[in-house]
Amino acid sequence: MEKAIVLAGSAIGAGLAMIAGVGPGIGEGYAAGKACEAVGRQPEARSTVTSTLILGCALAETTGLYGFVVALILMFVNPFIGKL
Amino acid sequence: MDFSITGAKIYYTIPGINFPITQTIVNAWIAMIVIVAVCIWLTRDLQVHARTKRQIVAEMLVNAANDLIKSNMGEGWSGYVPFIAAILSMSVVSSFMGLTGAYSPTNDLNTFLAWALIVFVLITYYKIKTNGIGKYLKSYTEPIFVMAPMNVVSEIATPVSMALRHFANIVSGYVISLLLYAALGAVSKLLLFWLPGALSSIPVLQVGIPAVLNVYFTCFSGLVQPYIFCMLTMQFVAQAAEAD
Repeated sequence: MEKAIVLAGSAIGAGLAMIAGVGPGIGEGYAAGKACEAVGRQPEARSTVTSTLILGCALAETTGLYGFVVALILMFVNPFIGKL
Repeated sequence: MDFSITGAKIYYTIPGINFPITQTIVNAWIAMIVIVAVCIWLTRDLQVHARTKRQIVAEMLVNAANDLIKSNMGEGWSGYVPFIAAILSMSVVSSFMGLTGAYSPTNDLNTFLAWALIVFVLITYYKIKTNGIGKYLKSYTEPIFVMAPMNVVSEIATPVSMALRHFANIVSGYVISLLLYAALGAVSKLLLFWLPGALSSIPVLQVGIPAVLNVYFTCFSGLVQPYIFCMLTMQFVAQAAEAD
């Protein structure tokens, strides 16, 4: 019974941790929109803007990936089972 | 659905020091051998004026690495070209090893922690070298003495975040591919239940569709993330070498 409760809590926690994916989504969308504006204004700077955008997007993803790592640990490592 | 997400398998544990030889280590060595072999093959009998396609490709690669360092770190860092190029090629080759079905060393956090530790040592080395050890220790108490624990945490966070960023990007692709693969198997079972006998257990949908995802996760992430890792390395090291 205790184990079931801990497992359920871990699963819910993993789900909650993935809410972290919202932030990078908004951030990357904003960055992509700005990049579109920049390319529209200066089409000749397209390659620079694109590479900067990809770099920035990959950096912005990091916060979401931290949430993913936490979810992975909760789901597959089950650190709280040992605490019973 | 039956699938499991496991870490690297342990092939053999060296007794005495208790050092496990894992899939990661073996496959990382295979990747290194591949890179060295390609390098030796590319640079065989070089001439002053490139006559073979092989030499042109080799020159292109070296020039690209040189330009990358020069545009991101400035002049006088040409000694870093081999280091950055090594990390970049190692990461790309190991990620692409996953395409052949082998366990890719980039699925293991230890690989990235090792790289990030090297970068951390480099950063600290350059900070001490440019400003002296006294100033380096004093920089932890900026702006006021109370901030010292915060500064220590932010110093440690640099390599940890670099390692986790790369690791999580590759592993998220791996996990999503696995989940999709299992889901496609279940869906094709539901669709084909009316076929007689063993025919219904053939997972038709698993053919081809996961490859599309792999193109994004392995080929795109596997190229962009090493690039970002190297960019950050160059930025951090160049920043550390600037005198305050």
